Amino acid sequence: MDLIVSIWSDYWIVRTVVFTLITVVGLLIAVAYLTYAERKVMGAMQRRQGPMTVGPFGLLQPIADGVKLFSKETIIPSQAHRVVFLLAPMILFALSLVAWVVIPFDKGWVLANINVGVLYLFAISSMGVYGVIMAGWASNSRYAFLGALRSASQMVSYEVSMGLIIVCVLLTTGSLNLQEIVLAPRPFWIQAMLFPMFVVFLISILAETNRAPFDLPEGESEITGGFMVEYSAMAFALFFLGEYANMILMSAITVTLFLGGWLPPFGFEFLAFVPGIIWFALKTAMILFVFIWARATLPRFRYDQLMRLGWKVFLPLTLFWVVFVAGMLITFDALPK
Amino acid sequence: MLVQAFAFYLFAGILVLSALMVITARNPVHSVLFLILGFFNSSGLFVLLGAEFIGMIMVIVYVGAVAVLFLFVVMMLDIDFANLRQGAMQYVPVGIIIGGILLFELVALYTSWHFAPDIAGNLDVPDSGFAEVTNTEALGLVLYTKYVAAFQLAGLILFVAMVGAIVLTHRVRPGVRRQKVSVQQARSPDDVLEIVKVAPKTGV
Repeated sequence: MDLIVSIWSDYWIVRTVVFTLITVVGLLIAVAYLTYAERKVMGAMQRRQGPMTVGPFGLLQPIADGVKLFSKETIIPSQAHRVVFLLAPMILFALSLVAWVVIPFDKGWVLANINVGVLYLFAISSMGVYGVIMAGWASNSRYAFLGALRSASQMVSYEVSMGLIIVCVLLTTGSLNLQEIVLAPRPFWIQAMLFPMFVVFLISILAETNRAPFDLPEGESEITGGFMVEYSAMAFALFFLGEYANMILMSAITVTLFLGGWLPPFGFEFLAFVPGIIWFALKTAMILFVFIWARATLPRFRYDQLMRLGWKVFLPLTLFWVVFVAGMLITFDALPK
Repeated sequence: MLVQAFAFYLFAGILVLSALMVITARNPVHSVLFLILGFFNSSGLFVLLGAEFIGMIMVIVYVGAVAVLFLFVVMMLDIDFANLRQGAMQYVPVGIIIGGILLFELVALYTSWHFAPDIAGNLDVPDSGFAEVTNTEALGLVLYTKYVAAFQLAGLILFVAMVGAIVLTHRVRPGVRRQKVSVQQARSPDDVLEIVKVAPKTGV
């Protein structure tokens, strides 16, 4: 026992490995039950029951799906570029995991409390496009390639306005560290000023994660599944896990930037007895519900409409809002010191 | 310290190897992918130096934006590479000559010529009080005060380049029917709908 305690306290690498494992395993369980929640919620919205047969209330359905995908054959098309073809899902999945090191789950509960946390997140999320584009190219298939091209331009377009929205938030907090962003004082008028950006950010992360109504890269009615059309079994499962892990990640980023992270909602002090991670999880689940809600209700955008929304609506709006927020902060002398 | 040294040699080693692969890979898409790996590792080196802001910006700008468009273009090009490589060997002497000249110039430069020996006196780096702030803040403190003119000028040049690229590539194609959202929104049922009561067996 003493040995374990001394190893625990002396070797940071042991602690890091253990915390990383906890995060990854927790994330995978969250992904599994996000797919379950999605099917249940969409079922309820469409007057169906969703998964019901595997386990009580269908609770074991994600595990059954996982076993099914695991036991299938991985097919590599003969014309595919083998290495890149297999690398693409790995990159996508790995990127959706590495971003979690800077997310603060509670006060002090963060694997790497770095100064440039926001920039790190932005860098990792901007690399997500490579998994898709490599998959589309390496599949050597028309549909996959079209999906990859759509995805690349879509993700690059919406990243621009996302970056400007993040700048708006940073103006009011004065720090790139995610914990300090959560803890920065936010009077009501600043919250009100950031609210439109919260809505735009919510729409942008739908586009960034290729989710409905912006799921053109997959677009099953027109390009039969897009960039992942040639993938099967575990390679497909990695794309699937990566997509859902990215959804959770983007929700967590939204919560950290706009909804006060682990703090109780609306600054209610009497709710502070609930552990911060519970608030964090609840808020993240709320954003995830919006993802599912949007998928169940909205029809898919047409491609030119998607581009118009990104470049002609969101970009000018967010650019104006950066100037507006900065101007307000200077006028009322509220710039963070 | 050991971890830092290990990380440095890891990043530097992969950086050199991937840079080598950029010019030796047979497939240009592989070249671009190795280039991205190179960017990523050089960003790791910046982080090791303690310049985390530049490291992250490096990934965001080069990996996240520039290389994506680069990859995009290379993937779209449909080139017969075997055909392209056929006459490549005849350029080798020219390449060797240019490389030799560059090498000679570099050697000459670094052995004899001292670039602006008094530069240390001219550089006015306000380094007092920079030890406490993060390097993002340190950068912001000089970039928006001391070097604001140069910063604005760089922005202006980028802006002109952007406008130029759009002007050069934009073409107005005749006969394209575009969606005009404002016109669509302005339509009212009164303008476009007509409700007709049709008596049976008469038609409109």
